[in-house]
Amino acid sequence: MSVIKAQNLTLVYGKGTSFQKTALSNVNFEIEQGEFVGLIGHTGSGKSTLVQLLNGLLKPTEGTVYLNGKNIWEEPKKIREVRFKAGMVFQYPEYQLFEETVYKDIAYGPKNMGLSEDETDKRVRSAAEFVGLKRELLYKSPFDLSGGEKRRAAIAGVIAMDPDVLILDEPTAGLDPLGRDVLLSQIQNYHKTRKNTIIFVSHSMEDIARISDRILVMNHGEKLLFDTTQNVFAKAEELEKVGLRIPQITKIMRMLKKRGINVNTNILTIEQAFNEIINYLGT
Amino acid sequence: MVRDVTLGQFMPGHSLIHKLDARSKILLLIAYIVFIFLSENYFSLALITVASLAVILLTKINFKFYLKSLKVILFVIVFTGILNIFYGSGTVLYEWGFITITEGGINNAIFVIIRIAVLVMISSVLTFTTSPSDLTDAIEKLLKPLSVFHIKVHEIAMMMTIALRFIPVFLEETDKIMNAQKARGADFESGNVFQRIKALIPVLIPLFVSSFRCANDLATAMECRCYNGGNNRTRMKVMKFSLADLFGLMFSLLVFAGVILLNLYLPAVVR
Repeated sequence: MSVIKAQNLTLVYGKGTSFQKTALSNVNFEIEQGEFVGLIGHTGSGKSTLVQLLNGLLKPTEGTVYLNGKNIWEEPKKIREVRFKAGMVFQYPEYQLFEETVYKDIAYGPKNMGLSEDETDKRVRSAAEFVGLKRELLYKSPFDLSGGEKRRAAIAGVIAMDPDVLILDEPTAGLDPLGRDVLLSQIQNYHKTRKNTIIFVSHSMEDIARISDRILVMNHGEKLLFDTTQNVFAKAEELEKVGLRIPQITKIMRMLKKRGINVNTNILTIEQAFNEIINYLGT
Repeated sequence: MVRDVTLGQFMPGHSLIHKLDARSKILLLIAYIVFIFLSENYFSLALITVASLAVILLTKINFKFYLKSLKVILFVIVFTGILNIFYGSGTVLYEWGFITITEGGINNAIFVIIRIAVLVMISSVLTFTTSPSDLTDAIEKLLKPLSVFHIKVHEIAMMMTIALRFIPVFLEETDKIMNAQKARGADFESGNVFQRIKALIPVLIPLFVSSFRCANDLATAMECRCYNGGNNRTRMKVMKFSLADLFGLMFSLLVFAGVILLNLYLPAVVR
């Protein structure tokens, strides 16, 4: 059974007023347990709207979201439980920190879930470990941390709820290259250890190529593609038409091929390309 | 949601009223308000009401929006209206225990209701048809004489402009932070008053922090562009009185003269 299933999802903002705007129309897809799904699309393509529908922050105008086979709006009073199961990390999550210490801030989610002190403590510590926050930082004020550390603390606050589905909305935006790489590896590592489902929104095709199993491509509020990473990035022309592109390294391989160098173009990362070129030169 | 709050919003347009100079609009508005309260009998009240309605029609903005602005203070209107019935003197119409309703009371009630309603609607004309920047420019110009008393008029106007400019920014920011905390299980919709206030702390602190950040960024940006206050600053849009302003002034003066004459020659029904 799929973890998340979206059926005919449609969302119209300001229905019936002069500001009416369709943000999402008739979107259908299913995400399996344990999958790592990349979500891409140009600015305003409905990505953020879509992820907010998945954890019940927005209510669809039409259509249904099923989480573990259950319609999330079946009992509107229990929508908070849906939010605990589908944890959401917003863009620039460091601006939502508010507690006196990092520890307390990470514990905010688990506390809202009504967990015991012991369980909360365990979760806070393991979440901090997953995002690589040092122990001594836990007792500092979140406002004394550096930008990257704040980001980690905020992500830990969602991970501590131990959601079945973790939704990350551009978690690496605005980080320096090293911070970006480290955070990506940590997310990957978290995914491997916990074996939960991750939906990863990003504008970086390189990041997406590196970590996702499947990619959902949105365009003007509609689902354009939903396929394996290889298959999606094989459609370079289609992606470029909607303001996206393929990873640079894939593009380089395609250009090599065009010039008559017979290499595989199904390449998504620099390491793969390196091996492929070494292989080619060797033969 | 928070976004639905209508805060004297500006509705762009090209009507005669939109074209009026913001300064004349402010001054005329004050004059209208004074005359709404000066009218002492039904005829003068009717005159000023009809004139106000004419102005409202001239803005070419859907009347629905004016009614919406009334809805906000409907309670106040009804409450003061009812209260006024029991005050006043004159012929007693009804008596029951300590409650006496007099002719004067009923007149008072009708007057107060119409006065507040017209007052709110005519004030909406100003905010609906004048962009916030024009409005603060005009206020700055009108308050200019106060600088004789070393009041920093330009700074006050600049603060107003910035405050108005940042209302939508902070509404959006509030929305974002609320969503982020809701995603971590914050519950703003249930519990008693104290629990609800407590639930808002995770929203208020980040909002506070981000407003300081915004202020800091804005100050830097202004300094980068060598902003140094109001002395010798020229304007991109220079305000001018036009023919439309003259026409508006004439029309209003006629109405005001009418109100005074009707007050003088017909008996007052209030007070």
